[in-house]
Amino acid sequence: MNDKRVRRELMGIYAVWWREFKVFQREKSRIVSSIVQPLMWLFLFGSGVGASVSVSNINYQDYIYPGILTMLVLFGSVYFGLYIVWDRKLDVLKAVLVAPVSRLSVFMGKVLGGCTDVTLQIIILFLFSFLFPSVNPWGIPQALLLLFITSIALVSMGLALGSLFESLEGFQLISSFLIFPLFFLSGALFPVDDKLPLWLRGLVKLNPLTYAVDGVRGSLLNINIFPFYVDFIVVASFAAIMFLLGSVLFSRMK
Amino acid sequence: MIIKTNALTKHYGKIEAVRGIDLNIEKGEIFGLLGPNGAGKTTTIGMLCTIVRPTSGSATIAGCDVIKEPAQVRRKVGIVFQDPTLDTVLTGTENLELHARLYGIPSAIRKKRITEMLELVDLRERSNDLTRTYSGGMRRRLELARGLLHRPAVLFLDEPTLGLDPQTRARIWEYIKKMAQREQTTVVLTTHYMEEAELVCGRVGIIDHGRIIELDSPDALKESMGGDMVIIKVKEPDFEQIRLLPYVSDVSINDGLVEIVMKKANQHLPDLLSHIKNVECVEMRTPTLSDVFIKLTGRDIREDAAEDSGGWVDSVVRYRQRGS
Repeated sequence: MNDKRVRRELMGIYAVWWREFKVFQREKSRIVSSIVQPLMWLFLFGSGVGASVSVSNINYQDYIYPGILTMLVLFGSVYFGLYIVWDRKLDVLKAVLVAPVSRLSVFMGKVLGGCTDVTLQIIILFLFSFLFPSVNPWGIPQALLLLFITSIALVSMGLALGSLFESLEGFQLISSFLIFPLFFLSGALFPVDDKLPLWLRGLVKLNPLTYAVDGVRGSLLNINIFPFYVDFIVVASFAAIMFLLGSVLFSRMK
Repeated sequence: MIIKTNALTKHYGKIEAVRGIDLNIEKGEIFGLLGPNGAGKTTTIGMLCTIVRPTSGSATIAGCDVIKEPAQVRRKVGIVFQDPTLDTVLTGTENLELHARLYGIPSAIRKKRITEMLELVDLRERSNDLTRTYSGGMRRRLELARGLLHRPAVLFLDEPTLGLDPQTRARIWEYIKKMAQREQTTVVLTTHYMEEAELVCGRVGIIDHGRIIELDSPDALKESMGGDMVIIKVKEPDFEQIRLLPYVSDVSINDGLVEIVMKKANQHLPDLLSHIKNVECVEMRTPTLSDVFIKLTGRDIREDAAEDSGGWVDSVVRYRQRGS
């Protein structure tokens, strides 16, 4: 009996994931734009700044590559999660939420769906890594693992916020006051060293995304502030907390 | 008894949405909950589907308690909501596949069952198109198929024809009747289209202000009116005299028209008219559920629908009613 119940829940998780994957496959324009945006950061912004700046003796574009990968995870994941506000408006979720599947399973299916979307986008971006000579291709699996865990954290965060908001008006607020600060304070675009003003360095070190960027940069470029295990522990704890928070808020959502 | 409720109650803060409903619904019935907007129909259905938690009282569906065993209840019921809930990014087949997985239908029978249901609602040919390309009637039909896919013991339909044009509405009711019979499902539906409910429901409960005020078969309810309706337009009616006639059960004035309920109108009409001077026009008909509703509540259900409106759906309904 218990076994049957577990199987049912697993099937429910799979069902929700499967739906998200179908949607992902169908919205090709969204995938293209989500890849083009980071490429513009790398080639338009990166070459512009890189013309007069280099960091840690490597060219600036190579330096920000791990940061831009993390940025893709940040934007892709949080927006994926926030998208449930829209789903609820269209009542798409209603039919799913009355099914004999627990809220936790629906939440897990959503998280896995979001992580799959984002991870596939990251893999596409990794295909461009040969354009960045300093990137060590052998570090890619380790970087991918860390980015995957980061996306668990951020999709959960998006779903948590999406459960709280009733309308799309919150989107702009979240963009301005959460996503962009997290991005700019993550060391994605500049090194976190003694040259930074103290207040800025403090904020950067409080930001869990800093550890994601640092771990990915360590894996790919061998430039890091913290040892990899520290990055890993911080990111994994961040993911665990967000997952818990998200599942609680999602279960309480009306 | 497939559905049994005992003083089922729901309060939202100070608002008493449902005030103690007792229902006994037999297996295989098509049961209609009729009432104006805001009467508590949707809340009642919500409690029976475990979406809304009752404030007090109890209910069982196929022997499972909606409060204590929500998971079992959910497996036993199918729901078609008032507002469309199809996933418009998915095709017709994919919508059913998603539902089949969520309800744990084993993969061995999933395909066959989906095909069967698509055929039943005549959507086989459009099954691989995205549902966003479907018309309103097609979407409703697919939702019916989805609601019955996992062979529920009870199918709940909340205003299944709301927002559809009259022709499509008639077709949807045909599908509902056909499917309930074929699948041997008990159907509980809400509607405020009284004339439509008369045609499909075996029994109806009239609900107003969160209470069931009358419950019987449509025929019995209409008979309880006490005869046929005769509506007369006249300048100066003399009620008292009419009221005293032995075959007259009730007289009232509505919008300047005299409404008379009388037995065997076809026989007594000439005599009745001989008592009234200056008759401008006469209409005679058998009573409808709308007449029953007016008698019970003193209001016209359509006026209520118009008053309570806030959303566009209501305006559409009002517009259509005015037009028809």
